[in-house]
This record gives sequence, C-alpha cells and structure tokens, in this order.
Amino acid sequence: MAEKRILMAGNEAIAEGAIQAGLDFYAGYPITPQNELTAYMAEHMQARGKVFIQAESELAAINMVFGASATGVRAMTSSSSPGISLKQEGISYMAGCRLPGVIVNMMRGGPGLGNISPSQSDYFQATKGGGHGDYRTIVLAPHSVQECYDMMFDSFDLADAYRVPVMILGDGMLGQMMEPVLFKTKTAVRKPLVEKPWALTGCAGRQANIIRSLLLKDGALEELNKELQATYAKIQKKEQRWEEMFVDDAQVIVVAYGIMARVAKNIVSSMRAKGVRIGLIRPITLWPFPVDAFISRRKSSLKYLVVEMSYGQMVEDVKLALECKSPVAFFGKAGGAVPEEKEIIKHIKALLHG
Amino acid sequence: MDKLFEHPRSLRKVSTHYCAGCGHGIAHRLVAQAVDELGIREKIIAVAPVGCAVLAYDYWDFDCTEAAHGRALAVATAIKRVRPDNIVFTYQGDGDLAAIGTNETIHAANRGENLTVIFINNAVYGMTGGQMAPTTLAGQKTATTPRGRDVATQGYPLKISELVAQLPAVKYVERVSLINPGEVMKARKAVLTAFRNQIDKVGFSLVEILSPCPTYWGKSPQASMDWIKDTMTKEFPLGRIK
Repeated sequence: MAEKRILMAGNEAIAEGAIQAGLDFYAGYPITPQNELTAYMAEHMQARGKVFIQAESELAAINMVFGASATGVRAMTSSSSPGISLKQEGISYMAGCRLPGVIVNMMRGGPGLGNISPSQSDYFQATKGGGHGDYRTIVLAPHSVQECYDMMFDSFDLADAYRVPVMILGDGMLGQMMEPVLFKTKTAVRKPLVEKPWALTGCAGRQANIIRSLLLKDGALEELNKELQATYAKIQKKEQRWEEMFVDDAQVIVVAYGIMARVAKNIVSSMRAKGVRIGLIRPITLWPFPVDAFISRRKSSLKYLVVEMSYGQMVEDVKLALECKSPVAFFGKAGGAVPEEKEIIKHIKALLHG
Repeated sequence: MDKLFEHPRSLRKVSTHYCAGCGHGIAHRLVAQAVDELGIREKIIAVAPVGCAVLAYDYWDFDCTEAAHGRALAVATAIKRVRPDNIVFTYQGDGDLAAIGTNETIHAANRGENLTVIFINNAVYGMTGGQMAPTTLAGQKTATTPRGRDVATQGYPLKISELVAQLPAVKYVERVSLINPGEVMKARKAVLTAFRNQIDKVGFSLVEILSPCPTYWGKSPQASMDWIKDTMTKEFPLGRIK
C-alpha cells in the first residue's frame, strides 16, 4: 500500500496518535487552544468502541483518567495551561498511586487566565512535579505535527513501563498548525502491552487489589517515596531524548524545544549555509532533561543561547546540565509574544562576536 | 443446626479504628453483607473517600481504590464506563459528597451513571476534628461553628439527596438511619436495592445513611442515636425520596 499522508492539525494528530496507540478512555473539558483535540475524540472514540466523556470540570476529567487507569486501560486527558493547573491534584494522586496515564498540555499565555496565544510558560510546572509531593512526570515536547502523532505511542509505552503519568507539552501554535502526517502501519502499531497485575478488575481468583497513596504506617510513605525515586533515577538514566544539529564544531549552540526549536532549526540551517559555526540541541524529553547531550560539551569556549516562549525556565536546566562551565545566554518572550527570527539572529550574532 | 450469623466474606477480620459508637462500622458491614448476599464480591470495584472512611479498604476484602477528596464519583464514573460488567460503588461522607465533591456528585447523577452511592451523613467533618459540614444542622455547635451554625451567614443544612433526586437520570434515592435494629434492617434493604439496581442496569442509586458521630457531637453513643431520632431526622426525614 502506498504511503498515505493526511493533512492534520497538531491537536488532531495527538488525538489520532493516541487512539492508534491503544487509548481506551478519554475525558476532557473545553478550553482553547486544544478544543480540536477533544472534538476529535468525541468524533472518533465511541465510533471505535472506546469511551469518551466530556467531564464537568478539569478536576473531574483528570480523576476520571485516574479511575480508568486504575483498571489497567490506557487513559488520557488534554487541556491548556489554566486547565492543567486544575489537574495538578489528580496528577499528584496518579504519581502517588503509581498509575500510568497521559496528560496533554497545549500551553497558552499566563499567568492567570492569560490569553489563548501560544506559550511555553508551563515548563517549570511540567518538569518539576507540578502538584504537591516529591514526584516527577515524564515530559515529551513535540515540535511538528508528525511528532505529535508519533509521540503518543511512546508516551503510553513509557507511562505503562514505569507506572508514571506522562505529559505531552505542546503549545497553541503546534496544536493549531496543519502539516501532513504519515501514519504507522498496523503491524508497527501492535505492541505487547505491559502486564498490570495491580489493576482493579474484580478480585476473582486473586487477592483484592488496592490502589492507594495514603500510607500512615511508620515508614510506609518513605518506602513509596524511595520506590518512586528509584523509578525516576532509572528514567533519567535510560529515557533522555534529544535531537542535535551541527554541534560538533559549533561555536554557538542554540537550545530550544517544541515550536521554538522549529524556528531555531531554520535559523541554524540558514546560518550554517553561510558558514557560521552554529549548532542546535533540541530537548525532546524535558524531564528527564537530556543532560547527556551537554556533558561532553561543557567548555568555556562554547557558548549557548537558550530560546523560549517564556521569560526563562528551561534555561535553568541548561545551566545545571552545563554546571556553569559554558556561558549561557537567554532570549525569550511570553504573554502572547513570540521570539522572531531576526531577534534570535541578533542574539546569536552578539554571542559570536562578543 | 442452621447457621444464623457469620462474619461476612467481604469484611476483613481486623479490629476497628473507628471511635466508640461511630456508625461507619455498621455501614461497612451492611455493604459487605449486601455484596456477599448478591454474590458480587469478585466483581466489586469500590471507591473510598477522603474523610473518616478513608481507610475503608482496610476493612473490605475486595478491589478498592482511593480517590482525592470529593472526586470519588468522577473516579467511579470512569471505572464503570471502561468495565461495565464490574459492580462499582462509592462510599462517601457529607463533606466529600456534598461540599468539595458537589460538582462530581451532581454531574455523575445527571449523566445517570449506573453506580451505587453509599452516602454517610453525620453532620460534621469527623476526620479533621468535627468542623461544620454542609449537612450540619442550624444551631449545631462544631469546631468551626462554636456558637452554633448561623444560617444567616453559614447557610442551611444541604439536602443533597433531595437535590440529586430532582435529576431525571437518577433512579433511586433513600434516606435511612442506624438508630435501632429495625432501622438497621431498613438500611440493609436499601443498600441491597442500590446494588441490585446496578446489577439490573437500572441506573444511579444513592442511599443516605444518617450515622452517629459521638466524638464530635459530644454525646454518648446512646444519646447520639437519640439525637438522630429526635433532631436530625426532623431536618433529614427518613424514607424513600425517589
């Protein structure tokens, strides 16, 4: 069969990718700029024998994901920044109860109600835990519509393998823009699912299963926390993902993720064509942050420019990864503003000639 | 010789952590008995609340999950939708179901989710030290209404069961108490009905149980039962609501 490319918006590609990855349950609540995702689920989930619920609130939606996940099925919700803040309670409970699940955040401008323009201002919230307690979620940042689709398979596999919530961190621009998407073949999709002996299915032929994060016995909560930290250490070791371009002889490396990486790629390619020794590191996992991409490149002669649609969030992780051994500059805008190519180039030139 | 009385299979043989005279022990047992009687222990998925019954899964011997405070019916909704052949119930207190979880309660009921809800109304927040609950009676003294609930600023006792009963998709609502063996038998019947309804796919069924909290009512267990009978049932009349 000939390769079939379908023109889709990022929001739709995420929805379709999730369904093809074996999504059984979706609950969502209206919020711009991710409504196409919920509408796509409403159109397609029931028709394919799966469950779609428009929840009464973001709180209900994430707690429905909690419930569905507790039975062992693949469950997901999506929202945008203010809605994701509301979901933090449920995400913390999922982390504490060791429940897998996928949460999509198509970020918009904040703080507060903000506006509906694209933003990357929820990086801290996504990568540092977000809700209460000592936990992490794996955070994946797509930078194209194709990657929105592809990443859904990975996200559910990671969630199931490590029993952690996984967040897809996109933004309003990525959600709205349309690009051709190549679907996986059916055989590539079918993957053996992880066994879930902990799931609530009714206790026929086994002892009763209990899903809980409340641990009052002396030392029990510390044990859970140790188990979580061991899981997070394993994830940090094995699951760092990033893309790099022209880094080996670079004098300046641009670091950007998501839609800003898309802009940065164009700049880096065109400047390289003119002979400028410039490179790019694009973190794909924001947590675990791809520290390994920076380890061999910690030197005072190599300069970094971090570009974000925020006033400086990921830049802190870049500095930590570099252990302050390289100079790190930052350029970012938020609140509806998007860093423009010519502004970024100005900052790059300042570093090259500075 | 016939066996007239036995420990329910669905109830673990553990000692109670509830206060003397608390109603949760009786209510837990009623649930366990109903589950045994209907032969559905291996199909049950229970959702425990936040509140005094937060550790309900330490007593019941079937699959159970916790839920964040107030979110039990959102959790239960999803469980039932993805596993319609299981029997799913929530067990929630008044603060959980009628204050922080009102939204989840109203909307699960309005969607007509085929669920069983066991609602324990003891007119206070027990777990946190006896604060005013949505169901606290007018004039009732609690940790946060030291001079009694003032309806002018703190509102009236919330009759969530009557509210829920207004919704077209709700099929069964009954209020019962535990004040004497006769009333416990009525409660037992109501709990059975609420589970049977789910098995028969009738739809959303809720049993409100007026339950004593001697510790935070500052009364003896017997005086607490008397208070339910003489005072609480005036605000929350017993019987079938829908």
